[in-house]
Amino acid sequence: MKIDVHTLTIEKAHEGLMKKDFSAVELATAFLEEAKLKNKDTNAYVEIYDDVIAQAKVADEMIAKGEAKMMTGIPVAIKDNMLMKGRLVTSCSKILAGYRGTYDATVIEKMKKDGVVFLGRTNMDEFAMGGSTETSCYGITRNPRDLDRVPGGSSGGSAAAVAMDGALASLGSDTGGSIRQPGSFCGVVGLKPTYGTVSRSGLMAMASSLDIIGPITKTVADAEIVYNGIKGYDPMDSTSIPDDMMAKGQPKEKKSYTIGVPVDFVYMEGVDPDVLANFKSTIEFLKSQGHTIKEIKLPNLKYSLAVYYVLMPAEASTNLARFDGVRFGLLKEGKDLFEDYAKTRGEGFGKEVRRRIILGAYVLSSGYYDAYYNKAVAVRNVISNDFKKAFEEVDLIATPTSPIPAFKIGEKTADPLQMYLADIFTVPANLAGIPGISVPSGTVKKEGKDIPLGIQFFASHFHEKTLFAIGKEVEKQ
Amino acid sequence: MIERKDIDKLAELSRVEMSDSEKDGIVKDLGSILNYISEIQQVATGEISEEGRIGMVKNVMREDGNAYAEGSHTKEIVESAPKKEGNYIKVKKILS
Repeated sequence: MKIDVHTLTIEKAHEGLMKKDFSAVELATAFLEEAKLKNKDTNAYVEIYDDVIAQAKVADEMIAKGEAKMMTGIPVAIKDNMLMKGRLVTSCSKILAGYRGTYDATVIEKMKKDGVVFLGRTNMDEFAMGGSTETSCYGITRNPRDLDRVPGGSSGGSAAAVAMDGALASLGSDTGGSIRQPGSFCGVVGLKPTYGTVSRSGLMAMASSLDIIGPITKTVADAEIVYNGIKGYDPMDSTSIPDDMMAKGQPKEKKSYTIGVPVDFVYMEGVDPDVLANFKSTIEFLKSQGHTIKEIKLPNLKYSLAVYYVLMPAEASTNLARFDGVRFGLLKEGKDLFEDYAKTRGEGFGKEVRRRIILGAYVLSSGYYDAYYNKAVAVRNVISNDFKKAFEEVDLIATPTSPIPAFKIGEKTADPLQMYLADIFTVPANLAGIPGISVPSGTVKKEGKDIPLGIQFFASHFHEKTLFAIGKEVEKQ
Repeated sequence: MIERKDIDKLAELSRVEMSDSEKDGIVKDLGSILNYISEIQQVATGEISEEGRIGMVKNVMREDGNAYAEGSHTKEIVESAPKKEGNYIKVKKILS
């Protein structure tokens, strides 16, 4: 059987492997060829591995022995900030040039056990700081739907790899929207799971209280498959959720859901009219499918982005202190140890990372700590409580994923604040630790090209199943 | 208002060498970013308790034992360091 990389999903590929329509080697070869071909235009991958066929042979052996799982033989791409033992991993930063993982991240370990085939590592904003994949030391990634536009970020390479049919799924990380926003820009599904449900062990930390790993896929059903393969308690992550707590938090299955729309938040200034029109029509569609739409008020949601831009740089500047030219990667020497540090970090980190380190150090410095950091933590708690109250009356909360469709390359690099504003709808989920999903909701014509748009849903902690259920409804549109 | 001398100090504390023009640029960028994030002052949060400050965090304990056999990861870890000698990572002298 001929393998059609464009229409294939994890579900269908698994079926094909089980029925022996094709082998894992044939499947991997098809995706490898497509990835290599498309990567010339998109630069989604910063490295395509040279042992892919050998990995696929292992998967074929598992299948032959009857040991196959859902993910066995599935070709996936991994964001360049998750450790794989012995392989290069750099967070797309010069400061980690030549660094090889000393152990497997927990998500990688789980995937290896399941016989997943790793195609390569994908491009990202340096240390996941950005919304456009334009700050990588490997150069920019282009959006496969329109090569003049950005793929979003920071997991732009992971989203582009799936959108260009160069992988069946990918892993991204989401600190403020870095899975969902590129998902919507590239027309694919992106899931940010509940904080703590997927282990962060082996994920290079940006902001530890906000970071989570999640899948980027073509369909909601595929996102569910990948999520089920990577979730679970991990003693190596001190914020990992125990399995019994996760089990207790599961939602009841329903035929129809109540969807809250925070009108004052969604219909604010600066949201693109095409985005709003698409959002409204998707909501109307869901209504026609028997779901209840309820206007809700979440008055503090508009402060989410401001809170985020205090907490994220504070945590990031702390986490990045470990990159000092002593233990990993790059070393630029000066006359003494202080100069070794300052030169290594000055040359090794890119401009946006340096800016966020300074901002983080500022909001944590004595004299400003109470006004910025402590106040932001308090507002974060207010926002979390608002969500808790809202979820007493609704099952889901809907917003557009991004206030704007994928923008042109270079359009927002000059003004950091403009770039940050693209995260406005996604950051609340990270602050509250709740799950969020972005599902393709149609396209808008821009200069003769169909630019994808996405709708986002939030649900209560551990209610990923509800997100999958509503996501599958949107896919019927 | 953030000033150039603040950036000099923060860059020193953060151990990040930057050019003069970059520091001047950061004065400007941080000005508009701080202006935006100062919005959070408008939210009534009341008295901030110690608990409210740390959020949803609990202590996680494990048995106090040796997690790894001595030397089991030394090779890989030392290999990642830019300067090394035998099983040691090398840095410049800090005491004279």
